[in-house]
Amino acid sequence: MDTLIANLGIGFGAVLAFEQVSLFGAAITMPMNVLYCFFGVVIGTLIGVLPGLGPVATIAMLLPATYSLPPLGGLIMLAGIYYGAQYGGSTTAILVNLPGETSSVVTCIDGYQMARRGRAGVALSTAAIGSFIAGCIGTFLLAAFAAPLSEIAFEFGPAEYFSLMVLGMIGAVALASGSLLKAVTMICIGLLGGIVGTDVNSGVSRYAFNTPELADGIGFVAVAMGVFGFAEVISNLAQGEKREVFTNKLTSLFPSREDIRRMLPPILRGSALGSALGVLPGGGAALAAFGSYSLEKKISKNKDEFGKGAIEGVAAPESANNAASQTSFIPLLTLGLPPNAVMALMVGAMTIHNIQPGPQVMTSNPTLFWGLIVSMWVGNLMLVVLNLPLIGMWVKLLKVPYRHLYPAILVFCCIGVYTVNNSTFDVLMTASFGVLGYLFHRLGCEGAPLLLGFVLGPMMEENFRRSLLLSRGDFSVFITRPLSLALLVATVVLIVIVAMPAISAKRQEAFQED
Amino acid sequence: MKIRNYKDFWAGLLCAAFGLFFAVVGSQYRFGTAAKMGPGYFPTVLGCVVVVLGLLVTLTSMSPKAAQERVPAFAWKPLVLVLGAVALFGLLLNQLGLVLCIVMLVCVSSMASHEFTWKGTILNATALLVLCMTVFVWALQLQFPLWPNLTLG
Repeated sequence: MDTLIANLGIGFGAVLAFEQVSLFGAAITMPMNVLYCFFGVVIGTLIGVLPGLGPVATIAMLLPATYSLPPLGGLIMLAGIYYGAQYGGSTTAILVNLPGETSSVVTCIDGYQMARRGRAGVALSTAAIGSFIAGCIGTFLLAAFAAPLSEIAFEFGPAEYFSLMVLGMIGAVALASGSLLKAVTMICIGLLGGIVGTDVNSGVSRYAFNTPELADGIGFVAVAMGVFGFAEVISNLAQGEKREVFTNKLTSLFPSREDIRRMLPPILRGSALGSALGVLPGGGAALAAFGSYSLEKKISKNKDEFGKGAIEGVAAPESANNAASQTSFIPLLTLGLPPNAVMALMVGAMTIHNIQPGPQVMTSNPTLFWGLIVSMWVGNLMLVVLNLPLIGMWVKLLKVPYRHLYPAILVFCCIGVYTVNNSTFDVLMTASFGVLGYLFHRLGCEGAPLLLGFVLGPMMEENFRRSLLLSRGDFSVFITRPLSLALLVATVVLIVIVAMPAISAKRQEAFQED
Repeated sequence: MKIRNYKDFWAGLLCAAFGLFFAVVGSQYRFGTAAKMGPGYFPTVLGCVVVVLGLLVTLTSMSPKAAQERVPAFAWKPLVLVLGAVALFGLLLNQLGLVLCIVMLVCVSSMASHEFTWKGTILNATALLVLCMTVFVWALQLQFPLWPNLTLG
């Protein structure tokens, strides 16, 4: 406990530190990290509110803007963009009945009904309060479990890492929607795409076809923007728009005493469920939201109100998905393994800043590690303080017609991709991935497993090769080492559970609203 | 056997083709042994795995239990205009410079919307141009070719 407090102290020190910067030629002392956090949260919410752009595309688009920042500042800003985007997503869910992403699908059900009954303000503040409480709990758990988990991670050899990645990737798709077989295929294609470029062991340039730009590998920003950003824009254009915005006066933002009494227990239950599920790879946040909604529906005294604007139906899923998005940083920060597509982008961001994600970050770079954790709490606080008063502005943004919005998205994407390497080749690459992403989209293949595989590809090959080198070519190394065996057994169990007819029917039911 | 799920049928074949490509190209690199893998080992094996997985997806699309699904129509107009505009941006940036490329990107991609008007598009392009010049060029000091460069031909 004492070390925890000391560690959090390091974090607060790093986040609140004043730095001297030169602005317009004058040297000014400012708490730069707080400012980065602030910008991240505001920009994240701004883009999260805009329809048709999920958090993955948002982060990919804004990634280049953080390159010039110091590592801690850059990561703080990206984390801020992530939970800002998540918060923005729930705003659109409540006001427009358009979930910004899968994890706010359930919020639509009761949130939109509350808005239709003139309680949009209360629904929004319930979401904000729930997210804040859940964020605090999630951040605290992250801080408490990070150190002991990193200790375990040091025991891992290459065989364990390989098995863990297998478990992680299967878990990521098992909990998400859609066909398991197709998702696994997408992961493997992603893995193959990830190893394009120079082989670190032999120096051979693979799949580059004498193109120098390909010898460095395919940039994951190009993949993420093409498959998520461009493909989403094209799908939205094809669908045309149907939007009904509640722009009439947002009367009272403040929940009554009765509302608070009713929302608190669901918030706490949602946070607990969300924190537990968030650690799991994959659809943690979405699953947590679905799970906590059905839980509340089952145990609530006001069962018949669900679906007609029950405050519990907003409080529980919103706190669950926020808690889950906090705890999903645990596998990333302790093991260096991204549990979902957003975290895969964070890995990319860390590598660009020359930080190899993994258990060593905590010891080699404690200010960065604890600073990032503390900044999440600061960011959650900012979301509540800033966004409730700003809600009127977000509502105005919703009225921007899509025909003006999507060219702006394209311009920012193009500039963003270009500035990564100052290379027009990357822009063309992104366009090609847009074609591929749209094709996959039409064929019902998901982009998230592709991106996950893409980021993990080189890591996976490296650990596979190293384990077999150590075992002198004996493949049984993966099942003779107890930890590795346990991880593989868990993978098989997961596949069996998902493949069971009873479960797969339920799973279909739970995700049918996507 | 009859194809029931056309989405899965084509998805499987597409994936298998990807796998085949990676396996065939990968087999040209040194394969090595399990203990000392060459650069070709992992991609070739994984490519074969993808071929098998892809064919499995195709097979399940023909099972009598498969859900009946057709491939939804492609939205060719937005696909070509949006990605074409992006590709043009990439191809022409070094020759035309950022300013003209942004205007071109906005104009071409805007035509994909069924609510396209020249007036709105030009207003939008101007606003975005001012925003980009302020944020990226002036404030963040990112390096771009800004104006047409005709000397390179």
